[in-house]
Amino acid sequence: MQNKISISNLNFFYGKAQALYDITLDIPEKEVVAFIGPSGCGKSTFLRTLNRMNDTIPIARADGTVTIDGENIYAPGTDVVALRRKVGMVFQKSNPFPKSIFENVAYGIRINGIHSSKSDLNHRVEKALHDAALWDEVKDRLSSSAFGLSGGQQQRLCIARALAVEPEVILMDEPASALDPIATQKIEELVVELKRDYTIVIVTHNMQQASRVSDKTAFFMLGKLIEFGPTYKMFQNPDEKLTEDYITGRFG
Amino acid sequence: MDHRIIDEQLDVLRDKILLLGGATEAAVQRAMKSLVERDNELAKVVLEEDKIIDQMELEIDRLSIDILALQHPAAHDLRFVISVAKITPILERIADHAGSIAEAALTINTEPLVKNYVDFPLMAQIAAEMLRTALDAFTNEDAQISREVIKRDKEIDAAYKRVFNKLLDMMIEDPSATTGAAHLLFVAKHLERIGDYVKDICELNVYLREAAFIKHSREI
Repeated sequence: MQNKISISNLNFFYGKAQALYDITLDIPEKEVVAFIGPSGCGKSTFLRTLNRMNDTIPIARADGTVTIDGENIYAPGTDVVALRRKVGMVFQKSNPFPKSIFENVAYGIRINGIHSSKSDLNHRVEKALHDAALWDEVKDRLSSSAFGLSGGQQQRLCIARALAVEPEVILMDEPASALDPIATQKIEELVVELKRDYTIVIVTHNMQQASRVSDKTAFFMLGKLIEFGPTYKMFQNPDEKLTEDYITGRFG
Repeated sequence: MDHRIIDEQLDVLRDKILLLGGATEAAVQRAMKSLVERDNELAKVVLEEDKIIDQMELEIDRLSIDILALQHPAAHDLRFVISVAKITPILERIADHAGSIAEAALTINTEPLVKNYVDFPLMAQIAAEMLRTALDAFTNEDAQISREVIKRDKEIDAAYKRVFNKLLDMMIEDPSATTGAAHLLFVAKHLERIGDYVKDICELNVYLREAAFIKHSREI
C-alpha cells in the first residue's frame, strides 16, 4: 500500500512546552489508522498537525516534515485552505452550522466553487449525504434545521459536510465519544465503508473502537510515539511493554 | 494500576486449569497403575473422578466466556484466556483416555496375566512425564521446554509401534492371550493419543508465550 502521509522527525511546541517528540510515521493510502493513548499524550495535537489546524494557535510551532502525496505541507507558500479541503476534519462534538441540513452540506461546495450548476450542487449534496449514510434519514427534510437531528445524525452530517468538498484524507477526533452505542456503531460502520475511497486517521479513547475499525494503530504517551503497527498485532502481541500495559488497563 | 478487575478472574481461571491439569495427570497415572498392578478399585476411582473432571471443564468454559464477554481482554490477557479455553477440552479428552484405560483394566484384570508388557511401562512413563512437563511449562509460560516436549512425541510413537508389533506376535504365538492382548492394543493407542494431545497443549503454550502459531507447521 502506498503511503498517503509521511511524517518525519516531527517535534511540536506550545510556546516552550514540547507536546510531540520526534514523531516519524507513515500513513498508508485508503487505510484507517487509529491514534490511541492516555489523555494529554499528544494524539489530538498530532492529528491537528496533519492539516495544520494548530496554525490557529499563535504560540504553536512545528519542526520536521509532514508530506502528503510527497509534498511537505509545512513548506513556505503552502495553500492552507487547499490543504484543509484535501484533509478534512470531524471533531468530537458535532458542530453543524445554524442552517438547514442541505445548507450545511452545500456550504463547503459553494465556497470552494466546486459545483457547476444548481443541479450539480443538489447532486453533490445528495451524494455526500449518501456517503455519510444519512440520506435515507433526512431526504424528506433537507430544508429543516440541522439542530433538529439527533447527536449521531448531526455527527454524520458533519462527516457529509467534510465529504462534500471531495477530500482525500479525513481526520476524526473522537468522533463517537459523545454518542450512544447504536449511533457509535453507525459511525464505525461508516469509517470502514469510507476507507474504500479515503485515507482515515481517527483519534479514539475507546480501545475496542480502535481494534474494530482500524488497520493500523499508533500508541502515544507523553508526546512520544511508543509503538505503531498492524492493529491485530497491537491488540494481540504488542512489542512494547508500555503498549501492553495501556491496552490491558494497567495504567492508572 | 496495581490491581485490575480482570486480574481476579484471571487468577481464578489459572487456579482452575491447574487443578484440572493435576486431576488429569492423576487420572492417567492411576489408570496405568490399575492396569499394571491389576487394581480394580483404583480403576473404578478413575472412572468415578472423570465426572468431576467434566464438571471442571464446564466451569472453565463458563469463566473463559465470561471474561471474553465482559472484560474484553487484550494482548497477553487475551492469549491466556484463549489458551486456557483451548487447553481445557484437551485435558478433558486426556482424562477420557485415562478413563478408557481404566475400563480396559477392569476387563483385562479378569483375563490371565499377559506377560511381557514390554514397552508399556515406558510408554506410560513418557506420557506421564510429557503431561507433567507440559503443565509445568504452561504455568511458567516456558516456550522452550514446550518445544522440547513436542519433540518427545516421537518417542511415544516409536514405543507404540514396538508395543503394537509385540502384541501381534503374542496373539499369533498364544491364541489364549488374544483377548487380553487386544485390549492392551487399545490401551497402547490411548497412550499414543495422550502423547498427541500433550503436543497440542505445548503448541498452545508457545502461542501463549510468543503469540506464534506452530500447529501444522514444520518449524517448531
